[in-house]
Amino acid sequence: MKGYRRYFGKKIIWFLITMFFAVVLNFLLPRLMPGDPVAGITGRAVSGMSDASVAQTIYNQYAERFGTNKPMYIQFFTYLKNLAHGDLGVSFSQYPRTVADILGASIVWTLVLQFPAIIVGWIIGNVLGALAAYIRKGFDKVLLPLSLFLSGLPAFGMAITLLVVFGINLKWLPTSGGYSFSLLPHFSFTFIKSVLYHYWLPFLSIVLIAIGGQAIGMRSMSIYELNADYVKYSRFLGIKDRKIVGYVFRNAMLPQITGLALSIGTMVSGALIAEIIFSYPGLGSSIYKGVFASDYPLISGSTLIITVMVLVASFAIDIVYGFIDPRVKAAQNE
Amino acid sequence: MKNSLAQVFKSGKFLVGFSIIVAIVLAIIVYPLLVPGNPLEMIGVGTFFKPGTYISAYDAVNSRSFYTLNLTDAAAKRVASKLSDADREVMLEWFTLFFEENPGDVDLEEMDINDTQTLVTLWWETYDPSIRFDSMTSAKRKYIARVDAQLEGILEDADVIIAAENDDGTLSQSSVILGTDYVNVSDIASVRILPLGTDNFGRDVLKQMISACRTSLLIGLIAGTIATLIGLVLGLLSGYVGGIVDDVIMFVTNLFTVIPSFVLLILISFSIGQEQRGARVVAVVIGVTSWVWTTRSVRAQVVSLRNRDHVNLSKLSGHSLVRILIMDILPYIASYVIMAFILQVCSGILAEAQLSMLGLGPKTTQVPTLGLMMYWAMAYAAHINGAWWAYFPIVILIAIISFSLNLMNTGLDQVFNPQLRD
Repeated sequence: MKGYRRYFGKKIIWFLITMFFAVVLNFLLPRLMPGDPVAGITGRAVSGMSDASVAQTIYNQYAERFGTNKPMYIQFFTYLKNLAHGDLGVSFSQYPRTVADILGASIVWTLVLQFPAIIVGWIIGNVLGALAAYIRKGFDKVLLPLSLFLSGLPAFGMAITLLVVFGINLKWLPTSGGYSFSLLPHFSFTFIKSVLYHYWLPFLSIVLIAIGGQAIGMRSMSIYELNADYVKYSRFLGIKDRKIVGYVFRNAMLPQITGLALSIGTMVSGALIAEIIFSYPGLGSSIYKGVFASDYPLISGSTLIITVMVLVASFAIDIVYGFIDPRVKAAQNE
Repeated sequence: MKNSLAQVFKSGKFLVGFSIIVAIVLAIIVYPLLVPGNPLEMIGVGTFFKPGTYISAYDAVNSRSFYTLNLTDAAAKRVASKLSDADREVMLEWFTLFFEENPGDVDLEEMDINDTQTLVTLWWETYDPSIRFDSMTSAKRKYIARVDAQLEGILEDADVIIAAENDDGTLSQSSVILGTDYVNVSDIASVRILPLGTDNFGRDVLKQMISACRTSLLIGLIAGTIATLIGLVLGLLSGYVGGIVDDVIMFVTNLFTVIPSFVLLILISFSIGQEQRGARVVAVVIGVTSWVWTTRSVRAQVVSLRNRDHVNLSKLSGHSLVRILIMDILPYIASYVIMAFILQVCSGILAEAQLSMLGLGPKTTQVPTLGLMMYWAMAYAAHINGAWWAYFPIVILIAIISFSLNLMNTGLDQVFNPQLRD
């Protein structure tokens, strides 16, 4: 178990460190800004309120939460303590709902939408990229510019285009929401059907974008590998083309997996904006609402959740990678 | 240097991307000269005016010279333009119900609802407001009544009388405009072409878009420059100096690679606050949060270079660190840095757009950016209202910019990495 233990041990430690720094940044960034953060945060939230006592209550509540009169490290411990209890504060805009409650409802939507979409897009993109590298000629000539265009299209642009074409003009699919307005979330066949019906457009928009980026990456990787010396040597030895291609794509795949772990944050953030276009009830819409209402606790909670989500995802990919990477496996057999 | 430049400009992909960018930059420079004025001026009262040529009705009516043209299809066109497709559908629906109850010799299957003349004639023969069909909702009944009122007198060639108010408050006829009167557009004092209509605030979309494109490109350039500079310096130091410097820099870099930069962007932008957030501030924030990729790749390149003979020779000659980095290492990675820079510009533009779509973009009253235009179009549901001109050109523009930047990058990649060549 030596090789695996070392690899996974390293990854777990790294995961914990990044998690710690993510929390620190989430804590620190708003506090580093000049001026009284509590006044800034509550000032924006209460700017429309006429009742001064409510504003004062919110200010006091937040002054206490932030503990701005105490030294920074004590503030940080209070923050950690609250976090450990799952306490992300109370939302300004949806008072008296807690942020944990709001985000608990929306994180499921984001998870169910984004991760399948990213994985499917990744797989299709890699297959197409590998094919383009292997076939070259006509297929490549079409696929490369198309992928470049797809990956260049911002996620929200793809979302709007799909929405207008399939939702508004053709009326095939619904334009907004995660389920029909006439339903309340519950476990039933009608509800699940409605969810699936609303799922298509956001799902497709994320998949298509992912395909573009992945296909370009896989194409270059595969071309590199196809020109590598071991391929030429294998050809001289008369090894069947099929077998060589198998090796080539496995080798080209490894950097693509690492690439996925590293770029998952970017993909998720693009998809969050696509959620807004579709008014999908996920984290993207939560942030949008939070920004709209200057709801600091909601924004800070959402960003923390997204960071944690991305960190966990890239950690999981790293773990999978450990099982696939022949170098880790080789160390295992030492 | 000269040689590689020549090679770069021989690459088809690079050339295509480069030409598009140059065309966009030219448009940004030339268009404001042709159509001067403040791009954020709210000229339209109302939301989302359709693209087209807007002619002052006042000037047209008061035109000094009318020309008489006898065009046979003018009357038919006039009527046709008053009936929308929805109106025609509703009329057909009414006919269907009517002939179900009163069978006549009219074949509705054969009827062409775009044939205005037949449609209207049949309508006048059959329509009677007192007939009520039970299967028709009252909303639809009212709609039909409105359509009927609109058709009243539509086929008659009534002249339009222009009246002026006298001193004693009575109206007297000042002129008559006949159905055959025409004005020449070039005689009309005030004509405004709005190729892309207006947005939700009544601002000229094309004019605003050109100005927004300029701001967004600048944001991309500033963000890209900052990100590339930070990335380059950190990457050079980390790769060349090694040791503890390398460890620290790589630790921070790895940290920010996994923590999504978008999250940092949101937190910082929100904390800065709406008032402080100009386009430049947003650009700097984007630049500061997106240097990690450049650092990583520059470092990887430098590590492979640092033990080359010419670098060692420089070291033995006692050249300073800065000199070695600039003279001996930078030239080898310059092509790489340029490619990274192009990508950073591209992602900077996208980052601004995404940030703005969340409502965290630059302060909204000063400058238009592509992201802000998208934000407002979405906030006023342009896509639901069918106002494609308010968002679609922007999506396409962003896609074209990022496509051509990526194309330039791929072209460069093929020039500098011969393995990727066709």
